[in-house]
Amino acid sequence: MSTVKKTLRSIPQDRTPLPEVAPEIRVRSFREVAEGYSRDQALHEANRCLGCSKPGCVTGCPVSINIPGFIRRIQEKNFREAYEILTRSTTLPAVCGRVCRQEDQCEGSCTVGRKLAPVAIGNLERWLGDLAIREGWHLERTGARTGRQVAVIGSGPAGLACAADMVRAGCEVTVFEALHEPGGVLKYGIPEFRLPNDVVDAEVENLKRLGVRFECDALIGRLLTIEELKKDMGFEAVFIGTGAGYPSFMGIPGESLNGVLSANEFLTRCNLMKACNFPCTDTPVHTGRRVAVIGAGNTAMDALRVAARLGAEKTYCLYRRSRSESPARLEELRHAEEEGVEFRWLTLPLEILNDGQGSVRGLSCVRTELGEPDASGRRKASTVPGTEHVIEVDMVIYALGTNANPIIGQTSSLKLDARGYIATNERLETSMPGVFAGGDIVTGAATVISAMGAGRRAAGAMKTLFGFRSN
Amino acid sequence: MHQIKKREDFSDITFSIEVEHPLLAKAAQPGQFVIVRTHQTGERIPLTIADYDREKGTITMVIQAVGKTTREMQAMCRPGAHLAGIAGPLGMPSHIGQARKVVCIGGGLGVAPTYPQLRAHKLNGAYVIGIVGFRSRNLVFWEDRFRAFTDEYLVCTDDGSAGIRGLVTDGLREVISRHPDIDEVIAIGPPVMMKFCSDVTRPFGIRTTVSLNPIMVDGTGMCGGCRVTVAGQMKLGCVDGPDFDGHQVDFDELINRLGRYKEDERLAMERWLRHRDHCRLVGQATGGAS
Ligand SMILES: Cc1cc2nc3c(=O)[nH]c(=O)nc-3n(C[C@H](O)[C@H](O)[C@H](O)COP(=O)(O)OP(=O)(O)OC[C@H]3O[C@@H](n4cnc5c(N)ncnc54)[C@H](O)[C@@H]3O)c2cc1C
Ligand SMILES: Cc1cc2nc3c(=O)[nH]c(=O)nc-3n(C[C@H](O)[C@H](O)[C@H](O)COP(=O)(O)OP(=O)(O)OC[C@H]3O[C@@H](n4cnc5c(N)ncnc54)[C@H](O)[C@@H]3O)c2cc1C
Ligand code: SF4
Ligand code: SF4
Ligand code: FES
Repeated sequence: MSTVKKTLRSIPQDRTPLPEVAPEIRVRSFREVAEGYSRDQALHEANRCLGCSKPGCVTGCPVSINIPGFIRRIQEKNFREAYEILTRSTTLPAVCGRVCRQEDQCEGSCTVGRKLAPVAIGNLERWLGDLAIREGWHLERTGARTGRQVAVIGSGPAGLACAADMVRAGCEVTVFEALHEPGGVLKYGIPEFRLPNDVVDAEVENLKRLGVRFECDALIGRLLTIEELKKDMGFEAVFIGTGAGYPSFMGIPGESLNGVLSANEFLTRCNLMKACNFPCTDTPVHTGRRVAVIGAGNTAMDALRVAARLGAEKTYCLYRRSRSESPARLEELRHAEEEGVEFRWLTLPLEILNDGQGSVRGLSCVRTELGEPDASGRRKASTVPGTEHVIEVDMVIYALGTNANPIIGQTSSLKLDARGYIATNERLETSMPGVFAGGDIVTGAATVISAMGAGRRAAGAMKTLFGFRSN
Repeated sequence: MHQIKKREDFSDITFSIEVEHPLLAKAAQPGQFVIVRTHQTGERIPLTIADYDREKGTITMVIQAVGKTTREMQAMCRPGAHLAGIAGPLGMPSHIGQARKVVCIGGGLGVAPTYPQLRAHKLNGAYVIGIVGFRSRNLVFWEDRFRAFTDEYLVCTDDGSAGIRGLVTDGLREVISRHPDIDEVIAIGPPVMMKFCSDVTRPFGIRTTVSLNPIMVDGTGMCGGCRVTVAGQMKLGCVDGPDFDGHQVDFDELINRLGRYKEDERLAMERWLRHRDHCRLVGQATGGAS
């Protein structure tokens, strides 16, 4: 254990790289791209943390994880305690360590990062999360059983986090999930090579062990309404974490041609339905030889990289703004570039062209240019006349972001906001007493960690409602 | 896991299964459907709720064995066997309004999903005319159920072996000529049939409701695969439908989109046929378990 105060000069200067499978090998399988630190690498990287007294990293993390605290326990080889510290703020360390946009969050505000590459907080968090899964460490109940009944709707990160906190506080928790497997976007959206399904399953198992019941194939609003959950089934509190899964299209000609699909459909067929194993599994996914993905966020990168793995010869990413406006994690952009994706920045699709048989033959596009930032700070893209051109593709995937699913709104008296998301106050209470909501269904499409944070905040409010002492 | 209680075979390709699912039976409304998974690696396939019994806690589906999954179901869905999963009820319930005179048309398999709507209209006090169409007499099913809830019941067969010889559109024209006061026509069957029924009623301005069957994955409004164009607008079959105004539906687009996995479907089918003996064993194993 080091007692000498660390300085920027005394720590290892270079960030410990995360071992990765080479691009030409990994594009042939769905195996995870980044292999994770070894114990030695983790210890080495942990030594780069200065243990700041005013740590920027903690302010950068949406759920304020005690980062210097858990990293110090790693330095001391006290891994179990490091995990305990971590799980005081996050219930999904193995997930967030993999998918958070760290460069804008914890690592973006790390003191070391002002001079050197920031401490690899995400990689360390992932290493601990994976270690916990391997060692079978899991969350414990913190309170005695109270018999109070809590319903959680949706099993994405928001729902899982809320369920975890409430079961630990001694409640009887039932999670209702519309699909046949729990996990939300973690399961149906984010591909195996970025977040293996086993990791999500392990977190779900953890909750089952604590006593959480999972009712899959249960679309709330249709099978049971929120009113019925409360009145007939005896749930005293309800948390809605149904995400923002409703896909959007652009409304340009040719969208109904065969070969045009949403990233959600493409990814769901592949991840949840395992179409990548077709015909060993029953669900097919038609893959184009030349595939264009519209959009440049994480979803777009995932779709592009899945297409490459399914055998597409050419993958294009089309975005009407430039690389610096791309909302994807830097790592995903880099991985996509390494895997041969051709980026067409500043390009706007105008029309999807018909091959005469009802399928896609190409995409007619126009170049764009960016103007001055507007009041919101976004640079508006405008088209450049005379730059129309055709890209020959046989598949077009929309990764344009998603909206609120209307089912819960249509089948309950919940108050919605103007865009159809569930309206809540700062305690995440909805217009119905005892009903809380959080995650993408309140904020619109956001991030795993913010959804998880919302699930935990709602759990806090539920505990107050139940009159539990806060701990 | 949901146990199959009863099975009835109507022909060598059509059969019905009654499955236990008390919550679903309680929630089901006419016009809604479910998504079924036969086993863990199975596809999610949409099937209409052809009937439900709230007291017994069961729902009934009528299935036509056309491809890999439905043929597999035909082989494995015996009483006592289990389905791995059923999600539902899905889709908007049919609008059973105050129509006084209603024509319900079912073509082939579409006969089954017409039934809950036809019954609801009858119980609502409407004058109900049922028109069903089959290729020939040996395919006719549910005649008793239809007779019980219709004021007039008309069978059309391609070969004239039962009822009148002709298509349901012929039956529909005949009915319209006798009844100038029809409030609504409900047509469920293959897309072409629904398209032609809508064409028949259009000049008379009779409200025509069709139930669309686009290819689906989740059935919850998440994938967008089931999108259809209605009155020039994109709609999701599973959330906004499956019922739509037949006069506004772009049927040609629907028909084109239904063909988009033809090649994969053929592959799945061939593979299944090759492995059928093996699959039979698996089917029996699932059937016997728990
Ligand atoms: C392809 C893709 C890649 C992404 N990559 C990243 C990334 O790298 N990093 C990151 O931070 N974020 C990423 N995101 C965003 C992130 O996944 C979401 O912000 C997050 O999952 C939202 O969590 P949630 O719990 O609110 O909802 P979701 O994860 O969407 O889960 C909602 C669940 O509720 C279920 N549900 C919906 N309606 C009902 C109902 N009526 N009854 C019962 N169940 C219902 C759904 O089936 C779903 O399982 C990505 C998103 C996508 C689509
Ligand atoms: C709302 C709705 C209600 C339906 N109700 C019934 C019903 O009550 N009884 C019944 O027998 N069938 C019904 N269908 C159609 C049924 O879902 C398909 O026949 C089934 O999915 C075919 O699967 P398969 O593997 O046996 O055949 P495949 O080989 O996969 O396909 C055979 C045919 O079915 C169509 N099809 C394939 N996959 C789907 C899918 N996921 N969704 C819709 N169509 C598909 C294809 O266009 C093809 O023409 C309904 C479909 C929808 C959308
Ligand atoms: S949860 Fe995300 S933002 Fe917070 S410390 Fe972990 S990786 Fe960083
Ligand atoms: S800001 Fe960086 S160096 Fe300081 S405590 Fe956080 S991770 Fe360690
Ligand atoms: S089936 Fe996926 S949105 Fe309708």
